Amino acid sequence: MPAEAAAIGRKRSLAASTDRLASWGRYPKGTHAHVHKPAWNDELAGILKAAPPASLLPYGLGRSYGDSCLNTDRELVDCRRLNRILGFDESTGMLRCEGGVSFADIIGVFLPKGWFLPVTPGTQFVTVGGAIANDVHGKNHHCAGTFGDHVHQLGLLRSNDGLVVCSREENPQMFRATIGGLGLTGVIAWADIQLRRVAGPWIDAELAPFQSLSGFVDLSQKSNGHFEYTVAWLDCFAGRNLRGILFRGNHSAESAKKLRLKRGPKLPFNLPAWLLNRYSVRAFNSVYYRAHAAKKGSTLVGYDSFFYPLDSVRQWNLLYGKQGFLQYQCVIPESNVDAFPELLARIARSGMGSFLGVLKQFGSAPPAGMLSFPRPGLTLALDFAMRGERTLQLMRSLDDVVLRSGGALYPAKDARMSPALFEASFPRWRSFLPWIDPKMSSSFWRRVTEGP
Amino acid sequence: MSSPTHSAKSFSAPTTTRALLKKVVVLGATSGIALEVQRHLARLGCELLLVARSPERLAEVQSDLLARGASQVLTCAADLAAIEYHAGIFDFVRRSFSGYDTVLLSYGAMQDQKDSEASVDVLLSELHVNYVSAAALLTLFAADMEQRRTGCIAAITSVAGDRGRRSNYVYGSAKGALSLFLQGLRSRLHPAGVKVITIKPGPVQTPMTDHLPNAARFAQPEMVARDIVRALERRSPDVLYTPKIWRYVMAAVEHIPETLFKRLSF
Repeated sequence: MPAEAAAIGRKRSLAASTDRLASWGRYPKGTHAHVHKPAWNDELAGILKAAPPASLLPYGLGRSYGDSCLNTDRELVDCRRLNRILGFDESTGMLRCEGGVSFADIIGVFLPKGWFLPVTPGTQFVTVGGAIANDVHGKNHHCAGTFGDHVHQLGLLRSNDGLVVCSREENPQMFRATIGGLGLTGVIAWADIQLRRVAGPWIDAELAPFQSLSGFVDLSQKSNGHFEYTVAWLDCFAGRNLRGILFRGNHSAESAKKLRLKRGPKLPFNLPAWLLNRYSVRAFNSVYYRAHAAKKGSTLVGYDSFFYPLDSVRQWNLLYGKQGFLQYQCVIPESNVDAFPELLARIARSGMGSFLGVLKQFGSAPPAGMLSFPRPGLTLALDFAMRGERTLQLMRSLDDVVLRSGGALYPAKDARMSPALFEASFPRWRSFLPWIDPKMSSSFWRRVTEGP
Repeated sequence: MSSPTHSAKSFSAPTTTRALLKKVVVLGATSGIALEVQRHLARLGCELLLVARSPERLAEVQSDLLARGASQVLTCAADLAAIEYHAGIFDFVRRSFSGYDTVLLSYGAMQDQKDSEASVDVLLSELHVNYVSAAALLTLFAADMEQRRTGCIAAITSVAGDRGRRSNYVYGSAKGALSLFLQGLRSRLHPAGVKVITIKPGPVQTPMTDHLPNAARFAQPEMVARDIVRALERRSPDVLYTPKIWRYVMAAVEHIPETLFKRLSF
């Protein structure tokens, strides 16, 4: 190819593309000055080098709810094409893959070989890079810790020092900063993940209803000893009689039975906002409780419906209409569980119910990363349709309870916490500052640190 | 508990490799569409020989495809646009991958049309990559398959080759020439029982098209790859439009009278 043509080709590949990438809650909305779409890890160094300071943020599948995956008016590095499996040791289950590989992809390739993710959040549509950057947790936190606990080594591409290999032994500080580091320490080029052996795709699942918070705590404590996975669904409309269903399960020894994966429906567009109102949501919660409270005993369910019930409706986030929605996920120490009735009372008073309330007792393992969210206590996650100022006001009033109870909010779910609440949630965040890549920033980070 | 590997077979998608699609040579293995086609072929358990320019990228793709079920992945790092390497590439394929049944040509380049209007060098390089080198390379494979009286040659051209448009006629003319070349080749190889498939994708979301307006609305490469693999399995149709709607769109576009068409700015 003549040199001139090659030069023009290069020039064009740097030309602007300005896709509208959003977060899962679709609030806040922001546009980006540029979205880089590298298809190969060897392109990353050039992108990092050419970028101005504090201008870039890696982006995966956009399943963070708020603004931690956004970099409004600046640039994103869309890592979804960096999705190659670089190696797998059949005898140990150690996987090396690029940062843009999704959990769904890992399951698709390795579950048939008898391996499963060591930790998974409630959706399989996240990337490995995103799971590390948010140090995600799952229903097995009480026994397996967070995803970061199963990362053995990672290749971090930094704008100033190139590819840095880090692990618990090598560059351990950088390693701990990157786990839960919100993508700010560099681009995760590859990671070594320890998969876990399973017999097959089935889960022996059990349901157990509870009618009070102490009922939940007892049940959860009892279950955590025998069940690898526990999580509760909470009916936020039951008034002062807090009630819910605890889902618990273990990987089943069943290996012969076939699991047929169903491709679910897809919400094609935003639903009208009035569809979700206090009556429809209350009715849903009530029916849901009755339908499940009646089920007894252990049943065999597919991994997909056990771990990823919401994935069965693609783009379910459009359920909340054009304005999007907010998720509120806090953790509160078990010594202050009285905070939960107070939170629910405030929600009930506001009349803005949550379609889905999720309650989980975290384990007490030390955090894998500097900014990891999980810590001993109960974590509660709630969804709220965005209805403008009154929704934000409700959340501020929930913040007061969380602050008072020594709790914390989860950055991956947040779009609006105050710098003060961030400080209270992560009192040592300043020790993370030296590990930030000078080319990296995010909307979330600028907001909670009031930085430039 | 039976062994976990046994469970593998019981719930994975059926992996019946069709008798016709076992050993595939991909010319341009790191192109956006080829990457997805290769993943499908890997899941079917195919043997693959990948040719592309960058040895580092080929190595990444190789490990990825092996993990995804390919039974063998050979690589050959070479610049396909450089015709002087063709004999070496062809020789390597025949020696180390004998009995290959399918050849997929999937490389190409799209320059900014304005650059090829301003520079004859850019124009020639675009015609060379997309047409001249492709025709040269396929000629080598065609002779071999014709002699063996078996196999399938598929090449990715473009709907842009169906009619010359103001905004993209240089790329379009090269792809259109390749389509014509394949049409003739198909007829030539028909008596030998060798199939030739012309693949005409509409715009697809790949690195080649990221700079185009509305790129976010283009077809997903996985979808296009699925259509291509199905065609390779069946060795049919002769001309594949993918996504399918482009067959009808292009039928309509071809019927617009030239006096009107020359006034359209797309």
